[in-house]
Amino acid sequence: MTTTDWHGVAAEEIDDVPDDAGLRLRRRSRKLLGSLVRPYRRSIGVASLLLIVQNVSGLAGPYLISVGIDAGLPPLIDRGDSSVIVTVAAALVVATVVESLSRHVYLRFSARITNGILFDLRRRAFAHLQRLSPAFHERYTSGRVISRLTSDVDSLADMLDGSLDDLVIQSLNVLVIGVVLLVLDWRMGLLALLAFPFLWLIIRWFRKESGPAYRRTREAVASVIVHIVETLGGIRAVQAFRREPRNNVLFGRLAGDLAAADAKVLRLMAVFVPGVFGVSTGATAVILAAGGWLAVHGQLQVGVLAAILLYVRRFFDPMMQLSMFYNSLQSATAALEKISGVLEEEPDVAPPARPVPLPVRAGRGRSIALENVTFGYREGRTILPELDLTIPAGQTVALLGATGAGKTTIARLIGRFYDPLAGHVRLDGVDLTDVDEDALRAAIVTVTQENFLFGGTVAENIVFGRPGASPAQVEAAAVQVGADRMIRELPLGFATPVGQRGSRLSAGQRQLVAFSRAVLADPDVLILDEATSSLDIPSERAVQRALRTLLADRTAVIIAHRLSTVEIADRVLVLDAGRIVEDGPPAELLATGGRYAALRELSGR
Amino acid sequence: MGADRPVGPGKTLLRLRTYARPHAARLLVLLFSAAAAQALQIVGPLLTQRLIDGPVRHRTTDGLWVLAGLALLAALLIQVSDYIGRRAHATGSVGIETALRTDLYGHMQRLSLSFHERWQSGQLLSRATSDLRAVGSFLAFGSVFIVLQTVTYLGVSIVLISIYWPLGLLVTAGVLPVMVLTYGLSRSYLPLSRRLQDEVGDLTSLVEESVLGFRTIRAFGRHRYLNEKFAEAAGQVKRTGLAQGMVIARYWPAIEAVPGFLLGATLLGGAHAVANGAMTVGELVAFVGLLTFAIWPLDSLGWLLGEAQQAATAAQRVYEILDAEPGIVDRTPTEQLDVRGHLRFEDVSFRYPTEKDPVLQHVDLDVRPGETLALAGVSGSGKTTLTLLVDRLHDVSGGRITLDGVDIRDLPLETLRTHVSAAFEDPTLFSASVRENITLGRPDATDEEVAAALRIAQAEFAYDLPWGLDTRIGEKGLSLSGGQRQRLALARAVVGRPRVLVLDDPLSALDVETEALVEKALRTVLTGTTALLVVHRPSTVVLADRVALLDGGTIAAVGTHEELLATVPAYRNVLDATPQEVPR
Repeated sequence: MTTTDWHGVAAEEIDDVPDDAGLRLRRRSRKLLGSLVRPYRRSIGVASLLLIVQNVSGLAGPYLISVGIDAGLPPLIDRGDSSVIVTVAAALVVATVVESLSRHVYLRFSARITNGILFDLRRRAFAHLQRLSPAFHERYTSGRVISRLTSDVDSLADMLDGSLDDLVIQSLNVLVIGVVLLVLDWRMGLLALLAFPFLWLIIRWFRKESGPAYRRTREAVASVIVHIVETLGGIRAVQAFRREPRNNVLFGRLAGDLAAADAKVLRLMAVFVPGVFGVSTGATAVILAAGGWLAVHGQLQVGVLAAILLYVRRFFDPMMQLSMFYNSLQSATAALEKISGVLEEEPDVAPPARPVPLPVRAGRGRSIALENVTFGYREGRTILPELDLTIPAGQTVALLGATGAGKTTIARLIGRFYDPLAGHVRLDGVDLTDVDEDALRAAIVTVTQENFLFGGTVAENIVFGRPGASPAQVEAAAVQVGADRMIRELPLGFATPVGQRGSRLSAGQRQLVAFSRAVLADPDVLILDEATSSLDIPSERAVQRALRTLLADRTAVIIAHRLSTVEIADRVLVLDAGRIVEDGPPAELLATGGRYAALRELSGR
Repeated sequence: MGADRPVGPGKTLLRLRTYARPHAARLLVLLFSAAAAQALQIVGPLLTQRLIDGPVRHRTTDGLWVLAGLALLAALLIQVSDYIGRRAHATGSVGIETALRTDLYGHMQRLSLSFHERWQSGQLLSRATSDLRAVGSFLAFGSVFIVLQTVTYLGVSIVLISIYWPLGLLVTAGVLPVMVLTYGLSRSYLPLSRRLQDEVGDLTSLVEESVLGFRTIRAFGRHRYLNEKFAEAAGQVKRTGLAQGMVIARYWPAIEAVPGFLLGATLLGGAHAVANGAMTVGELVAFVGLLTFAIWPLDSLGWLLGEAQQAATAAQRVYEILDAEPGIVDRTPTEQLDVRGHLRFEDVSFRYPTEKDPVLQHVDLDVRPGETLALAGVSGSGKTTLTLLVDRLHDVSGGRITLDGVDIRDLPLETLRTHVSAAFEDPTLFSASVRENITLGRPDATDEEVAAALRIAQAEFAYDLPWGLDTRIGEKGLSLSGGQRQRLALARAVVGRPRVLVLDDPLSALDVETEALVEKALRTVLTGTTALLVVHRPSTVVLADRVALLDGGTIAAVGTHEELLATVPAYRNVLDATPQEVPR
């Protein structure tokens, strides 16, 4: 593995990375954390001030008690004068009230900061995922994307929820109490500080060990999520083919991996936390002995010793909290490493830096030109070798050819799901890479065989084609493709919920809805990639009838296995291994006799 | 979405004890070691008291070193017991969470299709991940600490009472305002906790949908719309999280103030007690020192109860799934059968549980062993639903389906689904090797059988994949074209020659040439197999012996293709082979 591999996603899958790479991942994740926190720095400043107030009033407690015992007790015992002790007790109550109030305000601030940061991170990651190209989504798998946006964000939430105040307040505690101890008695203070080198050693060990362990946890969670997503997505096949037992075995293994990763982290903590604890209590014992010795020899007042022992406790208590914070920071860091990896991904199909506006539409759609286009999904496997193709505005072109001939690839290039490796794709003469994303998507709409439907009603799915369209426009679009009859027969018509991913509808019904959606979008260029494969014959006829009017003033590229759909084309292209082998109007090709004619023969049986 | 009878969150937590029980020993170890650590910490102030009342007051080093040594020993023991406790916790919490997760997953797989159509998978997912985490960590940690803190508080109270009972009682009574406050906290916090979890589930669903529908979003350039939708949902999560934070801000400081007041009262009362000679100075110092040990249990109660409540509502969410009836299960006793493949629908009707109108009504069909029956009809006429009934992916709402005279609900599911093999309209491939995907329903299929299936489905391209049949496909593997996926799904259905085949438009994504080849090969399979075949195209109909025309969920006509063409106008409309000239 070379050092250049540590970019983005590639580095993410390794949990035990070499030191320099680990450092780099950590830096990347801290950078992300920094950028998330930055907008809230003023709030954090105020919150820190509140914490200081809260802390100081909290710290007054032991001090006031030592004052009470040393200064308040003698007059009370000697003269029955309770004024000092009452004053001290009153001060204690006041301190408690101030502590409580500042904590209240602080908690409100903290809730705002925490929820704000989480919201920003979620939105940022989501928006970035929307920008990334299909190639990324194919590589990354949906389950892992989901885990980045859910369980990894949760990890950060855990840290922010519990521990950000710990960090400020406890470090402050340590600092202030350290000073107080030194002032009260410098010898005792120094003894307390002696614990630090030991603490540092423990922390260093924990960081080294827990980094990879937490990375492994994140990956294990992602694998569990991937498996669940896949199972739920294919539940029909799972049940019909009795894959449940096998799935249980596979899932058991993944859940076991996750359990092992979690257990590893917890075992590390089982050493880390008592380690910190041990150093703390050990130091307390040493101070007890030394303080006692000094008191015996009259070099320390009893009240001061009592106060010192109370402070020492409060000096080391934060160490526990800080170690817990450090732990959740490690966990969040691993999660942020993953998220920052996704955020670092650049879209392969990048929006133009300086968009070139499309010329005003002339009337009959837009022209498309592929110039010298070379493309392949994987290295060494070229799908399209130096293809040249010009489609004049308004023309309807049908692409034919066997699986793998490159039909869908051409459609994807025209729709700019991918950019060509070499050559240019132009829309009305403008290179697609220079067209603004919004203008491009308004001009070209692709309907694929996937015809994904979102949860919600039929109408909501159609309106997706043009948000803001009126119900009447939605219905008109459905009428135009002949989908209205089918929709009206559904239990609630246009208001019928389509179920998760459209599961309530059959494939044919889904295609009709998807088609209505595309028609509502009203693009200049319509690409239909197997968009009608599951339609029954009457629906298909209706769609074809609709297409005639629809495509009259649009440019269209149609990929269909059914030749009946091809008939409406002005021009037929037969592809073979990424090359155009036949090109002409259907009637002409039929007359000359070739691949197209043979296909017609076959389907006309 | 909720259970019919909402069970209280407290009760739901109690139900989880079955998962905690196997780890009872570990939880006890955790409890005892934590109690030991806690008790050992109390030793500290007691040693301080001895030190002040003994060596310091008498100005002697006698016993000083013994006391210091004891303190060090206590420190060491605390560390050891903490370590032991944490080890036990590690195994316990992870064990409980994993057991719950595998059970939940197994159950989700058993739940019927109608459940999965109703429930967003993002909701299921968030229950299997973040909710389980909350439950697991509480069971193995929070629950133990609630017990421990209570015990600590009681223990410290007893010691305090034994030192000086009036103050001791006062400190003990401090729990009362804390209880009142935590009750108030629970009432506001519980509903918010549940709402937040539900909203996080919705957010997960939205993420999932936008990831799976990525191409469609891109095709329409609707990323901004999705971003807005997501920001809205994430904003809802933010608002609920904020509301939760505000509740915490209201109650926690109040709860945490109680010990401060106790400390003030103790100082005042203690000083007077010392003045009256009821207490020694050393006792007062020890009393105050011990009081700090009672503060932590009181302080942490608010936080621990928050955890408990989150766990409780999360557990409710988990049990909503675990309590859902799978619906489609083996009846007892089940019948055994030597399947010949005589499939009969007797007055079958079907209605989705959430809908009023039936999708299928009075369906009577008789498919004889070896016969191929095609189902034709317009979109929405119920063809696909009908095919789902044969495999019992849905159960009939009325009437019955029999296989060789036995109601399919009386057959073991395992048997039924072994003999009935299906290919659905959406070819689902899993992230596994080609071979595993094909032998999904028949793990014991031989290489020859796999080869035969691939040949029938014209899916021999699989051999040319980079690692042949070992190539991983599906989402995590090599991506295939729609036609390729459909052919593999077809191969999966026909492998090992099932007695009954259910094929839902199995050739829709194939090009004309491939379709012709598959049809030819399929014919040889269909001659010996009972088959139900959903068709949209005349070319596929020729595979069938007879055709049933579905219209609006009922069987409108049954007969051979030619008969129906000649006599039924509706059929002609649906499946006329002569390419009609589309009017210009």
